Amino acid sequence: MIIESVVSLFGLGFVSASVLSVASKLLAVEEDPRLEVVVEALPGANCGGCGFAGCEAYAAAVINDPSTPPNKCCAGGPDVAKRIAELTGKAAGDADPMVAFRRCVKVEGKVAKKFDYFGIQSCAAAKLVQDGPDACKYSCLGFGDCVRACPFDAMWIEGDLVHISPEKCTSCGTCVRTCPNSILELIPRRSRVMVFCSSQDKGKAVKDVCEAGCISCGACIKKCPAQCITMVDERIHIDHKACLAYGPSCGEACVEKCPRDILRCLNPDMISAAPDTEPARYPDESHVADLQA
Amino acid sequence: MEIFLLFISAIFVNNILLAQYLGNCPYLGCSKEKGVAIGMGAAVLFVTVLATVITFLFQKYVMVPFHLQYLQTIFFILVIAALVQFVEMFLKKMVPPLYKSLGIFLPLITTNCAVLGVAILVQRLEFDLVTATLYSIAASLGFLLAIVLMAGIRERFAVTRIPRSMQGVPSGLIMAGIMSLAFLAFKGMIA
Repeated sequence: MIIESVVSLFGLGFVSASVLSVASKLLAVEEDPRLEVVVEALPGANCGGCGFAGCEAYAAAVINDPSTPPNKCCAGGPDVAKRIAELTGKAAGDADPMVAFRRCVKVEGKVAKKFDYFGIQSCAAAKLVQDGPDACKYSCLGFGDCVRACPFDAMWIEGDLVHISPEKCTSCGTCVRTCPNSILELIPRRSRVMVFCSSQDKGKAVKDVCEAGCISCGACIKKCPAQCITMVDERIHIDHKACLAYGPSCGEACVEKCPRDILRCLNPDMISAAPDTEPARYPDESHVADLQA
Repeated sequence: MEIFLLFISAIFVNNILLAQYLGNCPYLGCSKEKGVAIGMGAAVLFVTVLATVITFLFQKYVMVPFHLQYLQTIFFILVIAALVQFVEMFLKKMVPPLYKSLGIFLPLITTNCAVLGVAILVQRLEFDLVTATLYSIAASLGFLLAIVLMAGIRERFAVTRIPRSMQGVPSGLIMAGIMSLAFLAFKGMIA
């Protein structure tokens, strides 16, 4: 009985192994040897910032699809883009590094409260209750859904308002997709001017709920010589590419003209500070001052 | 009518997960998101049906003639493990989209005791090949139903305030228990 069982088990094992080894030869799928190299070159964050499911999916796309550029990995930055360009023989390109930007100055603006919220401490949940506790339905809710979603630990909540560490931000866009109020936006790190409000309400409605918000008067649109400011869905939109291309010769006329002081200059040195320095943990009021030129 | 009863009993009354407690690891491990749960359930359905048919034929044409039934468990484990490996290679070559969509779940199923459980139950209940195949489909559908329901509940857990000590696995296990009790209500529906 023992001999029978040992022999039969050995036999079954042998047969299975033989079948599998033959099958592995017959059914072998030739994988591009570059795939492994490219996957290794990527940081492996699997953050999805490139728009693909993960690092491997992006690696496969960048190798096989000629239209996928090598600089899509925002977590890796220019170094990884350069390495992947070398491996795939594509031009690295000079994509503008981006950074997440919060389009709200809630605390400074003293947004009126609609009610006190005691529910689940999550922006998504608070948004379900009458568009959140703030009178402005486009303000930062401050429960930190984006902070929890950020794979790079680049955000934190201070005074009911989210703050972003530009040094740690890799512009993967996870926070932008998470924010239920769409107040986060990816902008080029070199951006010169930005609107600190994301309200889509008409001027009167904004005035009623926020002391600082953009009233969509359109003064900046008329003043901009480069014509890079437009109104999209009652929200000021700046074409940063055109703005950067025009250069500083306009003297930031739009900022000068803004009656609500909600269009402000960004200091490029501040945004693209050296990565090895400790991120500035600025308090709410000085945050804006720091960003101003 | 009998087939209908077999389906109802395998899905609701004798649910492989909630009444027979087989395959609890993927039940707790892959039930955090509905998409993942559906992927796992589909992969289990696919492999269970295939494994049941293969082990049924193996039992009938190899084990019984050579009087090796006492080695059933270890033989079935070996056959299922080899089968999953083979299916993985086959899908990778022949049906890459399906291989991609099943992803990591396919190799994980090698160690899923629900698959082995169905293969052995079919022998114990002395089904013929057609009934065995239908039973394996119904049992896997029961698995799919339970894991998708669980994922739906756990997705709601994600936005619910739960005491720290209860977050994750503890609340998942308690939910599994409550769901098990709920499914117990079907007992007696079919004699």
